[in-house]
Amino acid sequence: MSSKRLLTTLAINGIEHELALEPRRTLLDALRHDLQLTGTKKVCDMGDCGACTVLVDGRAMYACLLLAVDCTDRQITTIEGLAQADELDPLQQAFIEADAFQCGFCTAGQIMSLKGLLNETPAPNDDQILRAVTGNLCRCGAYRNILKAGRLAADQVAHPEEARHADSTH
Amino acid sequence: MRPFDYVRTTTLDETCQLLGQDGDSSVRALAGGTDLLTLMKKEISVPTQLIDLKRLPDLPSGITSTAQGMTIGTLTTMTEIETNVQLQEKYPLLAEAAAVAATPQLRNMATIGGNLLQRPRCWYYRNQLVNCWLKGGDECQAQDGENQLHALFGGGPCYAVHPSDLAPALLALEATVQLRGPGGERMVPLAEFYALPEEKRRQETQLEKDELLLNIHLPGLPAGTRSTYLKAMDRKVWAFALVGVAAIVRLEEQKIVDARLVLSGVAPIPWRVTAAEQALVGATANEATFAEIAEFALADAQSLSHNAYKITLAKSLVRRALTMLTDEG
Repeated sequence: MSSKRLLTTLAINGIEHELALEPRRTLLDALRHDLQLTGTKKVCDMGDCGACTVLVDGRAMYACLLLAVDCTDRQITTIEGLAQADELDPLQQAFIEADAFQCGFCTAGQIMSLKGLLNETPAPNDDQILRAVTGNLCRCGAYRNILKAGRLAADQVAHPEEARHADSTH
Repeated sequence: MRPFDYVRTTTLDETCQLLGQDGDSSVRALAGGTDLLTLMKKEISVPTQLIDLKRLPDLPSGITSTAQGMTIGTLTTMTEIETNVQLQEKYPLLAEAAAVAATPQLRNMATIGGNLLQRPRCWYYRNQLVNCWLKGGDECQAQDGENQLHALFGGGPCYAVHPSDLAPALLALEATVQLRGPGGERMVPLAEFYALPEEKRRQETQLEKDELLLNIHLPGLPAGTRSTYLKAMDRKVWAFALVGVAAIVRLEEQKIVDARLVLSGVAPIPWRVTAAEQALVGATANEATFAEIAEFALADAQSLSHNAYKITLAKSLVRRALTMLTDEG
């Protein structure tokens, strides 16, 4: 048995896409398979690991536990939506500068969680940064540098001119 | 996930009728989805139809102050509960319980209604290859199996523990839930709403199949009342409670005049230890009293082969909570 497909409009990174989707399609699978937006990673698919984190109306959520048909009137931001033309988002730049990843598989999710934090708390303290990524597992153990990247990005947002190389120690 | 139809309804009546329309549990209501979708992915729940509750105009969302206390709408997210300033001031234990539950992503998605109605995390219940008693089978595999995370109180036939952090806090607050069915509304104290699963009702609540949870009503607390929720986890974040304690205390001149203690992670439903509460009333607040009360609270605990450590944890949490709440500093 397959259920009726529903005509679904998804607003991803500011662009509306019209798709005919089975209700059981998760937002994660719709992004990766129907829209080829594979920056959002699929790991546990059960809301345990955080690799699929996207922003829904500005807030971090797990795309694996959202039905795509349930996201019709919401604004979704994925990792592909952060860079503006050739300019990386301050968070992406900070992850490079702080060496905040090894294998990189959790990175998109980590960045989206921190993006959600910075949307609401532009000048977070260390506790807030660490707390924002409690729902994102990194099995390489890059957490200390993820914290550094969070600090760097927050500084960059607050002081765009001077902060870029403020914390280059490891 | 198995295929299903996704429907949006416009009225509460229509929703309740749809939920009740067939004999088995194939129509389910979807709110945050953080529990239901995991159950559906493992085919533990196999609905043929999902009703989207989030766009149902008459289903309440948000936190409002009432004459005595506060009311929380069923669609209110865990994040809203964690961050609401009035709620933090009035019922700190509830905001604390929300803050130590799950992860930021899940708290942004999950609703309080769904949190109260979530199913156990028992690994036998969550394993699609095991037909445990709670899923309609003949026996509980945890009773003589891997029961590290299982119940100390109220066990049998099911030994799973209730996973919610908010539920014990709300039970300590003596909250009432407002339910809506096809025949109208009813108000049920949370203490009755949660009921140990039994032969003919293999679930943790008294919610009928065609009922919706609308609101949670919190009564006021006398001035000077203090409260907290403490949670022991096997890691520092993003774990369900091994044991938790929701504690409320009011002190007058070093004498305890009101006390409520509810344990989580120790029974199939949040577990209020009334006898220990009564023993606290009139007692002098000091370490000796708290040690005695902790022993008393756990006196009836019945450990399984692998979970006796929870008794030690629970006693420590009870002592710690009472010490914190009566500390004059």
